[in-house]
Amino acid sequence: MAGRSRNISVSETSRPVLPRHAKLKFDETRQVWVILAPERVLAPDEIAVEVLQLCDGLRNVENIIDQLAAKYAAERGAISADVIAMLQDLADKGFLTEARERTS
Amino acid sequence: MSPTITDANSSFAPIDHSDGLAVLEQRGSVAETFGIPLAVLAELTHRCPLQCPYCSNPVELERGGSELSTEEWKKVLSELAEIGVLQIHFSGGEPTARKDLVELVQHATNVGLYSNLITSAVLLTREKLSALADAGLCHVQISFQGNEPVLADRVAGFKNAHHKKIEVAKWTRELDLPLTVNAVMHRQNLFQLPDIIQMAIDLDADRLEVANVQYYGWALKNRAALMPTLQQIEETSRIVEEAQARLKGTLAIDYVVPDYYALRPKKCMGGWGRQFFNISPAGKILPCHAAESITGLEFLSVRSNHSIAWIWQNSEAFNRYRGTGWMPEPCKSCEFREIDYGGCRCQAFALTGDAGNTDPACTLSPMHDKIFKLAEQESAGDNNRFLYRNFAGGTLETGGDYGA
Repeated sequence: MAGRSRNISVSETSRPVLPRHAKLKFDETRQVWVILAPERVLAPDEIAVEVLQLCDGLRNVENIIDQLAAKYAAERGAISADVIAMLQDLADKGFLTEARERTS
Repeated sequence: MSPTITDANSSFAPIDHSDGLAVLEQRGSVAETFGIPLAVLAELTHRCPLQCPYCSNPVELERGGSELSTEEWKKVLSELAEIGVLQIHFSGGEPTARKDLVELVQHATNVGLYSNLITSAVLLTREKLSALADAGLCHVQISFQGNEPVLADRVAGFKNAHHKKIEVAKWTRELDLPLTVNAVMHRQNLFQLPDIIQMAIDLDADRLEVANVQYYGWALKNRAALMPTLQQIEETSRIVEEAQARLKGTLAIDYVVPDYYALRPKKCMGGWGRQFFNISPAGKILPCHAAESITGLEFLSVRSNHSIAWIWQNSEAFNRYRGTGWMPEPCKSCEFREIDYGGCRCQAFALTGDAGNTDPACTLSPMHDKIFKLAEQESAGDNNRFLYRNFAGGTLETGGDYGA
């Protein structure tokens, strides 16, 4: 069912991706990153933008955490919970969904 | 980095249309004073198979022959994207009555615009909807006139409209497009609201707009048949609030109150010429979709030798009621003047004959009591007969044949 994918529960094995109705875009005119959603324009901050850019539906959350830990030379355990919490929050707001298995 | 990530959510602030300007003002806008709107409404056509008595199109409908061509619309879309518009709402009339809609959606996608289709749905086939999805359509909004065919088809003035809408809503979700159910509410269908909310859930909609009719143009002609009673509005607010709490995370519900029963007028369009414009089928740039009902204002077209940005920033029609300088008393010295910007210019014109007057929806307007009493009388009356919207200037409902 299409609707069941809406409220996902994020774990390290999730492969989050922006749903079709949410577009992450750099607004050249206003020089700011925006998320375009039905009847809304949102302004994510730098960290949210960085995390969302990694949500390509191919990487899983484990990879995303590894990548951020490496980039910021942070202890993996310390940021894992924060990343998952942030992704869950984005998912709850409707800006992340689970990538579907591609069978073709 | 962990504190930053934790903090990220608090700075992830939603900006809806009502305060979209805050972003523009913070960041410094393109125009000297008024930034280019984030979203623009493109009324592709006034043609529509439905005849809803509250249609938001002007009473003087634009004929098909004067509509912008495919190439003209594409040029407009490119120009909008260039000047910083982010979202385009394809509306009408019925936008799917345009044979080039897929091409226009594709062009919007190509130039980076987020596209939303505002439709009655009755002309859509599954193939057409699928083609629109493939062209990059981001969101579908379908209007509903009720939750069951007898009343819904009568309000729409179109047989089998309701059945068709349900079918298209299902296809929308099957194609994984997000769906907004737009329910236009008035005295004759407000009793169905709980069932309409359930219908939106059953259709797996993401959003529900419970929009009370706003009374200008066609709706003003039909006010006696549409105006809800005060008791109905109180009940509606209660039902909506309960549903909003119960359905949090499942269905977002936006609620538009009829301003006749409000104490303060609405901040119509976020203020005249502040954060919104509309493009009419013939290419006129308008501060709101009803603005052409105000006589004596000249609205410039994309067919003129001015750019869209120039028209937005400099044209007389946009500047006439911008800001607070134009205001008479009681607005001029009112502490709410930058909250509601004097309400709705079209309503002020329709009800007082002068668009520069305070919107009579405001209790401070000298006209308020008279208009409120009239509305109250109408709401208690038994005139339920519709004047259907059409190119012939309207047709009275005759019973059973939908005025067709």
